[in-house]
Amino acid sequence: MSENKLMKNSVITTSLSRELTAAEISEIEHEISLYPDKRAVGLEALKIVQRHQGWVSDESMRAISNYLDIPVADLEGVATFFNLIYRRPVGKKVILFCDSVSCWVMGCDRIKQKITDQLGIDYGETTSDGEYTLIPVPCLGDCDKAPVMMIGEEMHRHLDEEGIESLFRNAAVNKSGGDS
Amino acid sequence: MAKITVDGQCYEVDPANNLLQECLSQGLDLPYFCWHPCMGSVGACRQCAVKQYRDEDDKTGTLVMACMTPVTDGAILSIEDDQAKAFRAGVIEGLMTSHPHDCPVCEEGGECHLQDMTLMSGHNYRRFDKRKVTHRNQDLGPFLNHEMNRCITCYRCVRFYNDYAGGKDLSAQASHHHTYFGRFEAGTLESEFSGNLAEVCPTGVFTDKPFSEHYARKWDLEAAPAVCTGCAIGCNTSPGERYGSLRRIVNRYHSDINGYFLCDRGRFGAHYVNSDFRLRSAKDSSGMTLSSEEASIAFARDTQKRLIGIGSPRASVEANFALRRLVGEDNFYAGFSDSDYEAMQVLLNSLQDQDFNCPSLKQVESADAVLIIGEDVTNTAPRMALSLRQSVRVAAYELADKARIPQWQDAAVREIAQETRSPLCIFATGATRLDDVATLRLNASREDLLEAAEALFVRLSGDSPHYREGVTGRTMQAVEETYAALLAAKKPLIISGVHAGVEAMRLASNIAKRLAKIRESSCDLVLLAAEHNSVGHALLLEEKNSLGSAFNRLKDEGCDGLIVIENDLYNRAPTSIVQAALKSVDTCIVIDQIETPTARHASLVLPSTSFVESANVLVNYEGRAQLSFQLSPCPESLKPVERWLNVEGSESTESLIRRCSTELAPFSELDKCLPHPSSVVPGAKFPRMSHRASGRTAMNADRNVHEGKQTLDDNSVMSFSMEGIQPLRDATVLGSSWAPQWNSNQSISKFQNEVNGALKQRNSEIHLITRNSHLDYYPSYSRTEGQSDEHKYLLQAVQQIFGSDELSARSKPVQSRMSDCYIAFNVESAKQLGATTGDSIELQDTGVELTLVVRADVPDGVALVYPGSSATGLSVNRFDLPKAAQLSRLDKANSEYGLGVSSLVVDDRVDVEVTTGAIL
Repeated sequence: MSENKLMKNSVITTSLSRELTAAEISEIEHEISLYPDKRAVGLEALKIVQRHQGWVSDESMRAISNYLDIPVADLEGVATFFNLIYRRPVGKKVILFCDSVSCWVMGCDRIKQKITDQLGIDYGETTSDGEYTLIPVPCLGDCDKAPVMMIGEEMHRHLDEEGIESLFRNAAVNKSGGDS
Repeated sequence: MAKITVDGQCYEVDPANNLLQECLSQGLDLPYFCWHPCMGSVGACRQCAVKQYRDEDDKTGTLVMACMTPVTDGAILSIEDDQAKAFRAGVIEGLMTSHPHDCPVCEEGGECHLQDMTLMSGHNYRRFDKRKVTHRNQDLGPFLNHEMNRCITCYRCVRFYNDYAGGKDLSAQASHHHTYFGRFEAGTLESEFSGNLAEVCPTGVFTDKPFSEHYARKWDLEAAPAVCTGCAIGCNTSPGERYGSLRRIVNRYHSDINGYFLCDRGRFGAHYVNSDFRLRSAKDSSGMTLSSEEASIAFARDTQKRLIGIGSPRASVEANFALRRLVGEDNFYAGFSDSDYEAMQVLLNSLQDQDFNCPSLKQVESADAVLIIGEDVTNTAPRMALSLRQSVRVAAYELADKARIPQWQDAAVREIAQETRSPLCIFATGATRLDDVATLRLNASREDLLEAAEALFVRLSGDSPHYREGVTGRTMQAVEETYAALLAAKKPLIISGVHAGVEAMRLASNIAKRLAKIRESSCDLVLLAAEHNSVGHALLLEEKNSLGSAFNRLKDEGCDGLIVIENDLYNRAPTSIVQAALKSVDTCIVIDQIETPTARHASLVLPSTSFVESANVLVNYEGRAQLSFQLSPCPESLKPVERWLNVEGSESTESLIRRCSTELAPFSELDKCLPHPSSVVPGAKFPRMSHRASGRTAMNADRNVHEGKQTLDDNSVMSFSMEGIQPLRDATVLGSSWAPQWNSNQSISKFQNEVNGALKQRNSEIHLITRNSHLDYYPSYSRTEGQSDEHKYLLQAVQQIFGSDELSARSKPVQSRMSDCYIAFNVESAKQLGATTGDSIELQDTGVELTLVVRADVPDGVALVYPGSSATGLSVNRFDLPKAAQLSRLDKANSEYGLGVSSLVVDDRVDVEVTTGAIL
């Protein structure tokens, strides 16, 4: 698939753009319809692209910037302001692990160590099979059920070491079972 | 006026301002970071905290941020209060936690606002012993260094670069202690005003890269007040010199012209004075080097002959005047091209016409509707483009006034304004770098623009314009909208210029004159000259003495030869005509600072001084004559043009200026730009060096261990030494600003009557032109009907900020931003010719080849041609180009010798990029 593409550029740049997918565009268009100015949609567009691509690459940044007519530097300001917009590749599931006060009091350090031992990853790292990325988060708003973490969209409460063990064993089983 | 009490002292202050600004206006020392006199307050850094008391009985008081607190009558404040002081010291301790201890190797050291404020706030011991946050830096191109570790997150860089200057490729990224100010990816900062970041940043995050390659501390730099030679605006600069080389240019405040900011051509273009392009010794026709005495003798011998003189818009008033005196007024000819000379006549007329006012840049900023006809201001007079960006904010200030938001509340004013802008109507061919703030764009070929301007004039005259067949509805609508905007405005401004052409200037004059009649008062009109002394040169000329008539004289009448001063004739006329003229005479004396193609034909070449080595007077587009002081001692081999010419009175700039003002009516007031006698103390001079200058006894020790006598300067009120009266008392000769506790450029507030006000002493300048005439309208414009050939493209010359100016094009940092001569047309044409950006395009039947830059916004049937510079890269003589030409794509690889076009910054550029897939 080789195709020359015209791109409007103010200076020659090293990283390229890509085309947004039809699905991404339709969701972004919906958001645009909700605001008086399409440049207000920057953050939503980043979330949409991340939902589809898993993370937001430089190419995706340029694509959104072109589509919404926001300078890519400004969009980078938005993308990097929010910790949960991923500007580097992450695993299929992101583990948001709370290390804030309540969870710390309830012994989250040991739980975190257990995860690290079992998956072989520290904060900011991704498992070699590309399944999980571990990221600390300051609070998930569920302090009465501490320690807590999120895996993907799913909340896990009252964590203990045995739970962790079975959780990730199950995940591994699920993975091999769901490969068909 | 309001009365406030600060630490028991009563002050009369302006209630429209904030406390910080007024405290500084009163000369008080109050630390700040995020506030900037030109950018208002955002209250981000919390550094300017003061105590405010409810009344005289209130002994407790509350801490307020001075920059965010309006002045109220009767306010009682304390800067010296212990809590306020402790708070400010605490704030700076916080800001300093991650700041490196690298002042000794930091280019900002010694003129660092952060150093000043840290000492002023009394934070002098670091308690924080944890790891500091570190960042990766970016390569920001040839102008600026990036050292993010030094950042204290005051946000002044993005507030200047984005909010004030309209830049799009710098942003604040991440948050809290990771906050990062940079580009999306490493690369050259695109804004034409990026260099100001070095001065706007309160510490050493952004520093001047060419300066750091050959660095000296501020206190070691010899400095003198100078005037920029980059364009016709006449911005005030402060060049710094050490060991005989120019190290850098920084802004020198002028309340009416450049304020606090310069453009990058002005800041980095002056490095040409150190370059190998400079002529450094006299040469005869065989290229033999002559000593100064030999050269003078040869010159004296030649002047026995019948010579004519060709002056120059880039030579000073004195140089042109001396040549006029030497050859006689009838033999003194214009250094303009004939078309530019015609345009200069229109410009001079407009300066004398009582119906017009030619606004300073400060006045441009308050225009509430602007029409630009044909002039690409960003590339011809860049600093004015920055002022035009401020003019569109007049509507924002009006909204703020209605909501009773003070104008200095920067964030609030921007919030309420959103995208509201005062009208900025641009009639131009292709995209301009002001389009992003324009409220109306008429994009058409030059002829179509002129027709639209003529229609606008007719509309203003109360008639309905008669449109030619085929004029689009878009054009008619643009005329109607512009008409409505100009009529509704309180302070409309019309802009055109020499590069737009004489017809555009006449139409601009007609439109402004019609507006003046409607408004029954004068109308603002700017007609931009092309070069830094275009107006001064034009004022010295007899109207009939055009360059064309000079060439005729050389050909027909058989005079013996000519003297050309600081001019490259190949920039003024077609190659064949210049060559024929130069061949027809035996004697051709060229006096210039730089090597030019013209100098190569000369029988005698004499090297002249740059603005660094001699004083000179330049007249800007307003008719404002400004004195630029000599900065450093003149090397023996060089002389100012007027001294080579050796006419009566040319022994010093001052004596020649006085002679000029007694002899020539338009210059009768010229001597008033000299330092006022009352500001000069007999026997004491103003030092060019700071009182802290170091190395006086050591600088030349490699050659001689004896301390030499300082070079004397008998011709100036300044001395080449650190002795004398420090400029604190007299801003007239303010080479570089410094005040106790204020080493940085922020010390300028100590020299202003009030913040943003005039300097305490007058500037070395005088308005030359008195308005005393009421001229008639110019005849209406009608298109010259040539046979239009469908296959031909109309060629229009364009300018570039980096390259179009002869002098700055010889500066190394500017050259790294320059491009080859190029041709630009739109995507449709590119498809027809099967060409893409970077290809070679031939103008058929001319043999001219140009590199293609596809630009989306160029109208159909038009090709823009940038002629390049004779200094470096590929160039063509713009006068050799036909009006229209057939184009074809050349099947050949790009030249290895050129600069290419990759560093060209234009907004509508279209590059064909190959996707990664295609490479695989």
